Amino acid sequence: MTSVAIAQHEGHASEPVAHDQVSVEQPVHANTEAHADTTAHAAHGEAAHGEEYAKEEFKIGEMIMHHISDAHQIHLGGSLYIPLPVIILHEGHLDIFSSSNFYSVNEHGELDYHDYKGYRNHHEMIEFVGENASHDAHGHKVMDFSITKSVFGMMLVIVLMIILFRSVANKYKRNVGKAPSGFQNMIEPFILFVRDDIALPSLGKKKAALYTPFLLTVFFFIWMCNILGLIPFLGGFNITGTLSITLVLAAIVFIITSVSGNKHYWGHIFWPPGVPGFVKVILVPIEFMSIFIKPCVLMIRLTANITAGHIIILAFVGLALMFGQQSPAAGYGVGVGSVLFMAFMYCLEMLVAFLQAYVFTLLAALYFGDATQDHHHEHEHDHDHEIQHAH
Amino acid sequence: MGQGLAGIGAGIAAIGAGIGVGKIGGSALEGMARQPEAAGDMRSNMIVAAALVEGVALFAVIVCLLVALG
Repeated sequence: MTSVAIAQHEGHASEPVAHDQVSVEQPVHANTEAHADTTAHAAHGEAAHGEEYAKEEFKIGEMIMHHISDAHQIHLGGSLYIPLPVIILHEGHLDIFSSSNFYSVNEHGELDYHDYKGYRNHHEMIEFVGENASHDAHGHKVMDFSITKSVFGMMLVIVLMIILFRSVANKYKRNVGKAPSGFQNMIEPFILFVRDDIALPSLGKKKAALYTPFLLTVFFFIWMCNILGLIPFLGGFNITGTLSITLVLAAIVFIITSVSGNKHYWGHIFWPPGVPGFVKVILVPIEFMSIFIKPCVLMIRLTANITAGHIIILAFVGLALMFGQQSPAAGYGVGVGSVLFMAFMYCLEMLVAFLQAYVFTLLAALYFGDATQDHHHEHEHDHDHEIQHAH
Repeated sequence: MGQGLAGIGAGIAAIGAGIGVGKIGGSALEGMARQPEAAGDMRSNMIVAAALVEGVALFAVIVCLLVALG
């Protein structure tokens, strides 16, 4: 088994501690730099960071995967880890404990994992191996309801949204008819944007009021989750980049679309008007599959965009660290260019954070509008009559 | 072998994204040149279309990532 990743990266869950110590030296300057740099998160740190722990090989793939995946503790940098509650339902009984029982922080700021109460934290997935299990014991699945980093991030976003929008709503109630002030100024353009440019064109004035609250919620939730994932030094949240979370969002859109589908919607899917019979045979299965494929694509688009952005940013930083292993000069040289590129990618990711929220909401509104569509043929006949009357 | 092919797949996905978004940008610029007053409209539609096309390319990237990581 090769050596573990550099700096603030947890060791392999199943690796015995003794394995690492073999090739370790302790240069004095590395310790002083370590103290100065404890706040720099490796994902967003500079090339200088690469030299301190050069005694262990830096594996960029592991670093990237570690920063994208969910975890049971929040790593704020250096040796500072915030353990989160672990909630497990196994064979009928509930175990709630802190995830700090699973690890201890070693002197490099990495985590050494060990088993606890028969549970093992294997690559941040909890499985049951029984007391005194061996290193390679087969783990049994448990139902893991833990508050992981992503769940904590979502709760943070929810609290933020409630505070923000409750205060704005109360301001609106108090300042009826007066000019907006404070947070209202910031939020009003976006709320009007969602209502006027997303909800109204797709849904029409009569039905927009029913769906606008959901569209507003999902827009701001996705946007804020994306932004939260971009804030450096905050533990590296990747909320909307996890398939399970976007799956739920897409599933809600699917449920709302299907429940609010009127007979025109289902009619157009199973009996498309205006197409000859043999085309119907091909079209109906495609239309039926598209009921499920559209939310699936919605889910994958959001996850892929956000995760890809994170991977690119992490890869640029990792590049500098990788070169820093060869020599400090190479590390600094690559680091300068790498940081510039990373800054550019960061700006792009800010745009992508907003854009993906917008595209998700827009498509959800389009699907809702499709589901609640009016009978189109009447409009065409009306236009024909209008033209005739004009003459 | 699978990982090498995944790399090639990701490269082809990048080509697809480049061609798609390039076409969108090109026709958007052409339209803006012909009618500068509608530039704002065209810009927003261009960005939306680019996001949708990128979604498909990133679909392929996710598949390649899954192949590369087993």
